[in-house]
Amino acid sequence: MCLAVPVKVVSIEGDEAETEIGGVRRRVSVALTPEVKAGDYVLLHTGYAIGVVDEVEAKETLKLFEEIIKLSEVH
Amino acid sequence: MNDTILLAHGSGGKLSHDLVERKFLPLLANPLLDKLDDSAIFEANGRLAFTTDSYVVNPIFFPGGDIGRLAVCGTVNDLSMNGAKPLYLSLSVIIEEGLLMADLEHIVRSIKAAADEAQVNIITGDTKIVNRGQADKLFITTSGIGIIPAGIDISGANAKAGDRVILSGTIGDHGIAIMSQREGLRFETLLESDCAPLNKLVAQIVEACPNTHCLRDPTRGGLATTLNEFAKQSNVGIAVEEDKIPVKKEVKAACELLGLDPIYVANEGKLVAIVEPGDANKVLTQMKQNCYGRDAAIIGEVTNEHTGRVIMKTRLGPSRIIDMLSGELLPRIC
Amino acid sequence: MKFIDEYQNSELAKKLAQRIAGHSVRSIRLMEFCGGHTHAIMRYGIRQLLPETIEMKSGPGCPVCVTAIGDLDKAIALAHSPKVIITTFGDMMRVPGSYSSLQQAKAEGANIRVVYSTMDALEMAKASPNKSVIFIGIGFETTAPTIAASIVKAEKERIGNFYVLSFLKLTPPVMKALLGLGEIKLDGIIGPGHVCVITGSHPYGFIPEKYGVAYVISGFEPLDILLSVDKLVQQIETGSPKVEIAYRRGVKPEGNRKALELMQQVFEIDGADWRGIGIVPQSGLKINKEYQHFDANNAFSGLLRSARNDKPAKEPKGCRCGDVVRGAATPLECKLFGKACTPEKPIGPCMVSSEGACAAYYQYGASYE
Repeated sequence: MCLAVPVKVVSIEGDEAETEIGGVRRRVSVALTPEVKAGDYVLLHTGYAIGVVDEVEAKETLKLFEEIIKLSEVH
Repeated sequence: MNDTILLAHGSGGKLSHDLVERKFLPLLANPLLDKLDDSAIFEANGRLAFTTDSYVVNPIFFPGGDIGRLAVCGTVNDLSMNGAKPLYLSLSVIIEEGLLMADLEHIVRSIKAAADEAQVNIITGDTKIVNRGQADKLFITTSGIGIIPAGIDISGANAKAGDRVILSGTIGDHGIAIMSQREGLRFETLLESDCAPLNKLVAQIVEACPNTHCLRDPTRGGLATTLNEFAKQSNVGIAVEEDKIPVKKEVKAACELLGLDPIYVANEGKLVAIVEPGDANKVLTQMKQNCYGRDAAIIGEVTNEHTGRVIMKTRLGPSRIIDMLSGELLPRIC
Repeated sequence: MKFIDEYQNSELAKKLAQRIAGHSVRSIRLMEFCGGHTHAIMRYGIRQLLPETIEMKSGPGCPVCVTAIGDLDKAIALAHSPKVIITTFGDMMRVPGSYSSLQQAKAEGANIRVVYSTMDALEMAKASPNKSVIFIGIGFETTAPTIAASIVKAEKERIGNFYVLSFLKLTPPVMKALLGLGEIKLDGIIGPGHVCVITGSHPYGFIPEKYGVAYVISGFEPLDILLSVDKLVQQIETGSPKVEIAYRRGVKPEGNRKALELMQQVFEIDGADWRGIGIVPQSGLKINKEYQHFDANNAFSGLLRSARNDKPAKEPKGCRCGDVVRGAATPLECKLFGKACTPEKPIGPCMVSSEGACAAYYQYGASYE
């Protein structure tokens, strides 16, 4: 509820896009993410991109993890 | 000859003979088969191993192989897993009328190539044609006979606490290659089935380690099912580590997309070996020298604890039980 | 794989788990609403990393588990109709209905195909113009817009033999119903990350505001889940429950506007029958008037009515899936668990669905600890 996997958008044709993850390619619908651009990562659920991955936020989350580690080492 | 297989090809008359003599014999030729008697006659001394399997894979052509290659490798491997040197195969085909002659030829060539690679001969066969809709293009059954060298006793019941579990290479390749061709799943990958005859690999393992305890190829049901079979047959526990199990990145990716776990996905060119701890490195080195064992790895060990059960240390750290596959491996959305 | 591997780091997991243990003083109860979270928690053994002060309960966020048995019977009844091709996600195939299952129906000759996407169902409709292709629409807000998009596409391309049997459900109303029932006391909820990619965080404000329950929207990788538990513990320990997005790379507070628009265009809100809970008002999505020619309920109403009359729905005796999805019982408390009900011969949906609590407990062995 649900399985959605981050895949990279390689190219866009109309409301479909060619995407790639780990060497596997899949054609998906981008009807729900009209703002997507080639090079973006999208969350793929049942053949549709349901959202564009926010790479800035992803970096922030990883930074947050690093801070958490640093804090725990201090204690 | 006609372009497609007709019911008449199975009626036993001239067309049937033509089919066998033009499509099967020339390619599979060997002295025993060429006699074309009702039975093939040969002598064999020693402990014999005998196995049979039917092949109904859909699609019949897939990246890395086809139903013909699968039919030879599967039976050769079943013989090998008990330490038998495969000698002879029988080949029985049930063809749906309408199959393209070119497709049949292609498959017979694959059968020949696989048999040559495994150094076995197909010495007897049968062909039947059925009405459209009564067979999914082509079904193949192969039976095989092999000889087990003296002193070799390999069985799923032989695992002992302390033994090491060795996997010959990456898992999930075959199952994912098949799924990538299935209507409704639609993904493209360069991934190919790992379908291969493993008899030479087994011969190398057994030569290096005549005291090999167990061998099995994790086909339907995947690695998890095979490990569970060993645990139950030998009444031992098995502990493996997820991080040590080799998986190709494309298989990982496809499994993410489909919501599958690679440990349940079918393989057709891999084996699991269980050997004593002192033999493990020797066997591993031998395996890596064979092209079908180059990615071999020690993935775990046999224990006295949790007998009958398989535990896997997840890549995250904690452990969990892995059970046999129940039901069909279906992609999930949730 | 980017955005996956980084969130599976075992060292980080250990550290996060230590941090959670450091903060967690009181005994608290958290519900992972979503079946995908149940699956991930079991798959990675996350419960073993958490301190004893934290009790985890599975919730009703498994669309397979909460599909009413009578609804599944409808799908099976349609499957037996000649000239019908049923297309369904794999998840539904083995769930037992009152008398049969889709898998059994297929073995009996029904034309049933497992698909990964509604796009495949549309292709099948185009390829078989003299058959009716019915798509079994299970799912929550993550899946609803994809089904809406397929209906809009079918309209645009004039695909007249494509139908949807909608069992789509909405998450905020059922959360409200559960919290209102007050069967079990919850301190926090791990919110469904992919549902919230669509809905955003706003619809869940009532959870802390009205019920004082902490709510953190979580991704599905192990580190995402641990981070969310950490945030929940902090909220609970400081007595400041609120809606928080931990899955920031996926979820925006406003959600996916285009997806929400498509849902509004095609569906209207109606009551829905949740297995184990009953009818929850305004918790389901029904195809609206403008697109009613795609609604299998209309196109096949006669068939569905007679099927309902001939074979009324009935729950399997002794099955406690309903209690399990509400978090009111664990699988181990069901007398049928592991005995009469196993993954090979399941009695209820919780044992079939890969994210059903019972299947997760059985497969990953909650008892092994």
